[in-house]
Amino acid sequence: MSVLKCVGLSRSFGALAAVSEVDLAVGAGARHALIGPNGAGKSTLFKLVTGTMKAHAGSVELAGRDVTGLSEAKRCRLGMSQTLQHASLFASMTAAETVALAAQRHGGGRISLVPRKQPAVAERAAELLADVGLDGREHVAVASLSHGERKQLEVALALACRPTVLLLDEPAAGMSPAERARLVELLAGLPAEITVLFVEHDLDLVFALADSVTVLHLGKVLLSGTPAEVRASDAVREAYLGAGRREELFLA
Amino acid sequence: MTAIEAPTVPGGAPASAPRVTRARTGIIAVAVLVVLAAAPFMLAPFATTTLTRVLVFALFAVSLDLLVGVTGLPSLGHAAYLGAGAYAAGWVSINVTAEAPVPLLVGAGFGALAAALTGWVTVRSHGVFFLMLTLAIGETLQQLADTWETVTGGANGLTGIPAVRLAGTPLANAGFTYWYVLAVGVIGFALVVMVARSPFGAALRGIRDNEPRMRALGYSTARYKYAVIVMAGAVAGLAGALLVAQQRLVTPADMGFATASFALLAVIIGGAGSLWGACLGAALVIIIRDALGPSLDGHGTLVLGIVFVLVVYLLPRGAAGLRIYRRRR
Repeated sequence: MSVLKCVGLSRSFGALAAVSEVDLAVGAGARHALIGPNGAGKSTLFKLVTGTMKAHAGSVELAGRDVTGLSEAKRCRLGMSQTLQHASLFASMTAAETVALAAQRHGGGRISLVPRKQPAVAERAAELLADVGLDGREHVAVASLSHGERKQLEVALALACRPTVLLLDEPAAGMSPAERARLVELLAGLPAEITVLFVEHDLDLVFALADSVTVLHLGKVLLSGTPAEVRASDAVREAYLGAGRREELFLA
Repeated sequence: MTAIEAPTVPGGAPASAPRVTRARTGIIAVAVLVVLAAAPFMLAPFATTTLTRVLVFALFAVSLDLLVGVTGLPSLGHAAYLGAGAYAAGWVSINVTAEAPVPLLVGAGFGALAAALTGWVTVRSHGVFFLMLTLAIGETLQQLADTWETVTGGANGLTGIPAVRLAGTPLANAGFTYWYVLAVGVIGFALVVMVARSPFGAALRGIRDNEPRMRALGYSTARYKYAVIVMAGAVAGLAGALLVAQQRLVTPADMGFATASFALLAVIIGGAGSLWGACLGAALVIIIRDALGPSLDGHGTLVLGIVFVLVVYLLPRGAAGLRIYRRRR
């Protein structure tokens, strides 16, 4: 059963159809990658799914519920959380405060108007920071974290929302090889009940993690299938490179 | 949106406040309160009245700082809610009772009501758009006060407001009025500090730093902004009730653009977001405008302008940035 389903999703900017009638079904527990050349519409599709941007046509279903008309915040509360391509955080806060901000919203209680210690929230924040490899950096201001650390913090922040579907927009962009290896390890170790949909340019990472892949080209779905099918597809190769050698695309 | 600041220590300084500085803050707060409470014994009545005005304006500036500094919503119409509270408190004192805490509650209630009726227009905007919308709201409400003569007294203002009564006794002299304003002001300040330090306040700072990200984390930010606009309106209305207790008169000028912009000036001079900095800023604004202004041949506003330019250039975090020890906001 698909936990995330898009039907006929479309969005245009003036005359440009950035995303055009895209159907996408992501099964429960899947590690689904969204790839395609620059300008294929990956980021726009991602924003339509999260609700950051409104779709002009089509629908989005989360666990059987139509969420097309719901706000981004509401979708998040229903279990859809995201990391952004460019780490987008809170300049005046520490790593722990940042994660606590997400954790307090999804901890089940009301947001209090009175100062109070929230031990459950603090504990969960510390746990998540340790999970993503930021233990010992809890009290460092976000402004002082490295680029890679901020991307790790993004993942902790997304997980603090207790997602059933986790959407990652280029999680490895701008990371060093060591940070990237740690990210792969982190994502591979996520609980199976969390479904992951990710946009990624790094095809090594895609083939290391994904069990299904959708290729977008010029706003349309070119191919949806297993990584092996995508590797073997001539259409995909042409979309990326024009006509050329397959080895140039997949530098295995 | 706050720009990311350069790290002060390589690798990042630990940002949480140690226990020692918190204790020191407490001691300073108590000392300031003691000095403020003793002030009428040491000051002439005129100076006491000026200090009362400082306290009223400080509470108003603090309520504005909850919007500007804590939530990142720069408002130029906040004086409208001060005015709503002042007129309501004045009207109830004349027509119903001047017995505390009735005028206070009515003032805070009408400040909140005015904010609730007008604030929804602004919650989906931010930055300059928020500034312009609030300016328009402020001007509209001031016009309303100016023309609704049967209730507000029009351009002449609402006059003949009786002194506040505490347990049946009117607060007739400047000293008692000062203590009344001080007590209520401290309660109002404490309420704002409480909200700013609560989990709700953390969400407000999140909205200030990065509102789109807050939405992506599941916060319906428009609701939070609406809630804080209503709360800030209530505190501004409370300050309005204190204004009435002090000057026993309300005119449309009290809720005009000048009042709103002086309060914004106080917040920026004090260092937006620090709350107590807004009190310092308010003190500076009132002392320069009311106490020094007359002896400067009416050029107090000019001096304020120069101070503002100096603060923006020399102290980007305002007077709060002058602190000897560093505490995170």
